[in-house]
Amino acid sequence: MEQSKFTASSIGKKFLMAATGFFLMVFLLVHLSVNLFLFGGKQAFNEASHFMATNPLIQISQYILAAGFIAHIFFGIKLYIQNKSARGKVTYAVNQWQAHTPFNARTMIYTGLLILCFLILHLKDFTIPIKIADTRRFTHYELVTEHFKNPIYTVIYLIAFILLAIHLSHGFQSAFQSMGARHKSYTPFIEKLGVLYFWFISLGFSTIALWFFFKQ
Amino acid sequence: MSRLDAKIPGGPLDDKWKNHKANLKLVSPNNRTGIEVIVVGTGLAGGSAAATLAELGYKVKAFCYHDSPRRAHSIAAQGGINAAKNYQGDNDSVYRLFYDTIKGGDYRSREANVYRLAQVSANIIDQCVAQGVPFARDYSGLLDNRSFGGVQVSRTFYAKGQTGQQLLLGCYSAMSRQIGKGRLQMYHRHEMLDLVIIDGKARGIIARNLISGEIERHSAHAVVIASGGYGNVFFLSTNAMGSNVTAAWKIHKKGAFFANPCYTQIHPTCIPVHGTSQSKLTLMSESLRNDGRIWLPKDQQESIAIRQGGKNPADLIEQARDYYLERRYPSFGNLVPRDVASRAAKERCDAGFGIENNESGEGVFLDFSTAIERYGREKARELGIQKPKNEEILQLGEKVVEAKYGNLFQMYEKITDQNPYRTPMKIYPAVHYTMGGIWVNYNLMSTIPGCFVVGEANFSDHGANRLGASALMQGLADGYFILPYTIADYLAEDIRTGAVPTKHFEFETAEQNVYDRLNFFVKNQGGRPVDYFHKALGRIMWNNVGMTRDEKGLLDAIEEIQHIRKEFWSDVCVPGAIDELNLELEKAGRVADFLELGELMAKDALNRKESCGGHFRKESQSEESEALRDDEHYAYVAAWEYQGENIKEEKLQKEDLNFEFVKLKTRSYK
Amino acid sequence: MTSNRSLSLKLKIWRQKNSQEPGRFEGYRVEDISPESSFLEMLDILNDQLIRQNKSSVAFDHDCREGICGMCSLYINGQAHGPDQLVTTCQLYMRRFKNGDTIYIEPWRSRAFPVIKDLVVDRSAFDRVIASGGFVSVNTSGNTIDGNALPIPKEDADKAFDAAACIGCGACVATCKNASAMLFVSAKISQLALLPQGKVEAKRRALAMVRQMDEEGFGNCSNTGACEVECPKGISLENIAQMNREYLSASIQNED
Repeated sequence: MEQSKFTASSIGKKFLMAATGFFLMVFLLVHLSVNLFLFGGKQAFNEASHFMATNPLIQISQYILAAGFIAHIFFGIKLYIQNKSARGKVTYAVNQWQAHTPFNARTMIYTGLLILCFLILHLKDFTIPIKIADTRRFTHYELVTEHFKNPIYTVIYLIAFILLAIHLSHGFQSAFQSMGARHKSYTPFIEKLGVLYFWFISLGFSTIALWFFFKQ
Repeated sequence: MSRLDAKIPGGPLDDKWKNHKANLKLVSPNNRTGIEVIVVGTGLAGGSAAATLAELGYKVKAFCYHDSPRRAHSIAAQGGINAAKNYQGDNDSVYRLFYDTIKGGDYRSREANVYRLAQVSANIIDQCVAQGVPFARDYSGLLDNRSFGGVQVSRTFYAKGQTGQQLLLGCYSAMSRQIGKGRLQMYHRHEMLDLVIIDGKARGIIARNLISGEIERHSAHAVVIASGGYGNVFFLSTNAMGSNVTAAWKIHKKGAFFANPCYTQIHPTCIPVHGTSQSKLTLMSESLRNDGRIWLPKDQQESIAIRQGGKNPADLIEQARDYYLERRYPSFGNLVPRDVASRAAKERCDAGFGIENNESGEGVFLDFSTAIERYGREKARELGIQKPKNEEILQLGEKVVEAKYGNLFQMYEKITDQNPYRTPMKIYPAVHYTMGGIWVNYNLMSTIPGCFVVGEANFSDHGANRLGASALMQGLADGYFILPYTIADYLAEDIRTGAVPTKHFEFETAEQNVYDRLNFFVKNQGGRPVDYFHKALGRIMWNNVGMTRDEKGLLDAIEEIQHIRKEFWSDVCVPGAIDELNLELEKAGRVADFLELGELMAKDALNRKESCGGHFRKESQSEESEALRDDEHYAYVAAWEYQGENIKEEKLQKEDLNFEFVKLKTRSYK
Repeated sequence: MTSNRSLSLKLKIWRQKNSQEPGRFEGYRVEDISPESSFLEMLDILNDQLIRQNKSSVAFDHDCREGICGMCSLYINGQAHGPDQLVTTCQLYMRRFKNGDTIYIEPWRSRAFPVIKDLVVDRSAFDRVIASGGFVSVNTSGNTIDGNALPIPKEDADKAFDAAACIGCGACVATCKNASAMLFVSAKISQLALLPQGKVEAKRRALAMVRQMDEEGFGNCSNTGACEVECPKGISLENIAQMNREYLSASIQNED
C-alpha cells in the first residue's frame, strides 16, 4: 500500500481518525481506571500512579499516545478545513440541521477543539508536574485533591467532561463505521455500547472531580 | 412498387436473421477508429447502441438533453422485460413470444422484425446479468419471472417495480466505461435541432448546447436517432416533461417517413387528472389489475354524489356497483389488454358515470376490498383464528396486499392523500407509449441513407398496440444486438471517406435555419407562454385523437390544430436570450414540432378507417362495440412523406404487411 | 380528503444568471395554489406569471416528475427535496404547506456542484466518478454465459438492488455538512461488490472511484448520517461501511 496516497484519500484520512480515535478511547479507559484508585485512598492511588509513571512499557506508549493525539488533532483540523471548502463559498440561507444532522456529529470540530484547550490545561496542571515535579514535596494524590478544592477549576473540568461525552457519543460508533463495521445485526449493539462507554467515561471522571470538591 | 423497400430477407422465419447477418458487410477493427457515429438520445436504445458501437471501436458521439445519460425516461418503466427463456418451464418459446407480440399488436407489425426481436430477447437477459443488473431472484439464487397482461406464460424478468431504472443504469454503466476510455464522447445538456444531409446521406447534426446556448455542428458517417416517443403531444401523459419528438420530426422534415403516427397506447391505470395546473400523469403498474376490481356506480346520481364528496364510495352496496369489465368481458374480466380496458373506462365516463372531482368527471374505481377480504379470510384460517372479527380480517388482508403492492399504494397515498386500503383507488387511462414512429427497414435505417432509428422512436415492432414489458426488450434488442450489425453494412462504404468536414455549406445552411428559428422565438412580441399552446393542443388531441376517434372529430382536430399553430407563431412569448440556459426556448422548439405532428396524427387516424389496437374508430366497431379491423384494406404500414410546411400535403406511402407465418384472427376477450 | 381551500404563499427563490455572476434571493408571491398541486406545478404557475410579464422564468431541473429520474434537486426550507422523507421534489405536494407560509428555495450547494443558473446545478462530477470505474468490464456482445449459470443468493441480489436504487440526484451531497458524495459512490461500489459479476474487479473499482471522488472536490465523510436521512430512495449507510471495507482491503493489497 502506498502510504501517501492512502493518507491523502478521503477514506484513508477517516481511517486514521478512527484508528487514532480508538486508541484514544482505550487510553481514556486506562486513564479512568487509574484515576479510580483515587477512591481507594492516598496510598492506593500513589502506587498506581507510580506504576504508571515508571513502567517502561507505559513510558514507551506515552510517546505513541502523544503521536495519536497529534495525528487525531492534525487530521481533524485538516478534514475540517477541507470539508468547509467542499461546501462551497455560498451557504444555505435556511438549513434545518435538526432534521438531518445530529448535534453531536455536527459539532465534532468544536467539541474537539475545546477538549484540546482542556487538554492543554490538564497537561500543564497534571501531566507535566507529575513528570517533572519532586514527589517528595507532594504526592500525585495531593496534586489532585489540591486542584479540586477550587470550585471554578472543578466546573471547568465538569464542562470538559460534558464536551467529551458529546464528542464520544458520536465518535464511538463513528469510528466503527469508518472502519467499515456496520450491519443491522450488530450496529444496534455497537450503538448501545457507545452510549455505555461515554456515560462511563464522563460520569467516571466527573464523579472524581465532584468527590474531591465536596470532600474538602 | 412502393418506394418503401423493407429489405426483409427471404427464407423461413427462423433463418431470416441468421442468413441476413451472414450476408451483412463488415468493417474491420482497424478501420472502425476512423469512422464516426452520432447517437441522439441515451435511453435504453440509444445508450446501448452508443456503448456497443464504442466498444466495437467506432468513434461515437452521444447526445442527450438531460444533465446525464442516466436520466432518460426508460428509467421510469416499472414492470419488467420479456424474454423467451422458458426458465419457468411453462412451454414458452421464441415462437410464442413472437406470436403473442404479433397478436397483441393486432396484426399490424412486421413478422420478420418481431421474430428477430423474440430471438435476441434471451441474449438481453444474459447481457444485463453480466453487467450487474440486480434482477429479482428466488431462494435458489436463480432469476425470477412474473406474468404480464395478455399472455399465458411467465416470461417477464423484473427488478422490483424499477426494472427500467436498473436496465438503464446497466446501459449507462456500459456507456460510462466507454466514456472513461475516451471512445465515447458524451454531449449532455445538448439538443439536436437539425439533421445535416450531404450528397443524399446523413452526415451530421446541428445541436444546441443548452447551457451556453451555443449552436454547434457535429459531423459523422452515420446518425442514429433514439429519441423516444411522442406521447407528450397530448401535453398530459406519463412521459417525462422533456420527452419530445423534435429529433424524429427534424429527420422527418429532411426526408424520413413517419409511420403510423396515430398508434398511441393509452394505459388504463393512471392517477386521474386533479386540476387545471396539472403537468404530468402518474402510472400505477398494470400488476394492480390482478387483485383490483374496476367499477363505477350503477346509478348516475350516486356518481355525482361521490364526485361532490357527499358520498363515500366504500359505503355503496355490492348491488349498486357496476363492475363493467367483468360484465362485458366475463372470461378475462379485469385483466383485458390495455386498449380494451381504457376504452371501456372512457365509455362509462362519457356516459356520465365518472367519479373523479375534475372538470370532466373522468375517473373510475380500482377496488381492493374484495381481495383484502379474501386474503384476510385465508390468512385467518391459516393462523387458526376462530370466527375472526371483520376488522381483524381487514387487517390481515391489508398486510397481504401491502406485501404485494406496498410501494404502489404508498405512492398513491403520497399523491392523492387518500388511503387506498380503505377507500377505493381512483384511476383513469393516460397516454403512455407511442407505437408509431419513423419508418425503418429491416436494417433499422430510415428512408434517409445513413440515418438509423432505434427504440420507441421507430415504428417497427409493436404494431397497433404494445404488450406490457416489451418496450424495454425492443430498446435493448435494437441497441445491443441489431443496430451494431446492420450499421456496419452501411458503414463499410465509408472506410475511405475520412473525417466529414463541418465546413460544408449544408452545415452552414442547417445552422442558419436553426439560428433563425431560435431567434424568431426570442424576438417575437407575443403575450402567451409556450405551455398555453401545448395545453390547447393537448386538449384537442385528447378529445379528438385520443381513445376513440371519428371522422368529424378528426377533421375538427386538424382544423383546430392549424388554428393553434398559427396563433402560436404569432403570439408565443419566450423571455430570455439564445445564448443562455433558456428552458422556455427549449420548450418552444419542441411544442412547435408537436403542433405539426399533432396534425399528422389526426390525418393518419383519419386515413385509417378501421379500428386496430390503440386506434379505435367509432365507425368501425362490432355490434358489441368492440374494435373491428379491416384487413382487406388496411393491412399496411402508413408511412408519411413530408411535403413542406403544409402538413395537409403529406404523402401517404404504403408498406404492405404480408403475413406468411401467422393467420390473421379477431382478438376476443369475451 | 380533497379540500377546496387554496394557498397563498411567499417564495424566496435563489436567482443567479450564470455560473460566473453572483446570485441573490428574490421574493415572489403566488396565490390560489391548490393543495393538490405538486411543488413543481406551483413553480410552473409562478413561471407562467413571470412569462406573461415577459420576465425570465425560474430555471429548475426536472423531468420524469414521478421520482425516478433524479433530475429535480431543490433545497426547500432547509431540506433537500423538502420536508417529506423518502420523496423527491417532484413528489412533494402543496398540502404539506400552510396558507401564508414563506418558502425558501435554494439550489444544491457544494463546490463540486456549481450553479449553472438559478436552481440548476452541474452534477457531471457524478458521471465522471461512474466513468472511473462504476461498471462491470464486460463487453456488450451478448456472448456471455447464461443468466442462470451463476446463482446469486437472494439476500445478496436484494441488497445489491437496494444499493442500485440510487437515482443520482445529489441530495446526499447537498445535505451533508461536508458536501461528501460517499453515499452515492458507495451505493455503486457496494452494489457491484455484492454481485459475483462485479466482484472480479471490486478492488480496482474501489480505488479508482474513490480517487475520482476525491479529485472532484467532494468533502469527507463525518458519519453524521444526514445523507441517509434525506436520501429519497433510502440508500443505507451500510453501503458506506462496505465501501470503507472495500477501499481499505484494496489499499492493503494494492500492488501498483
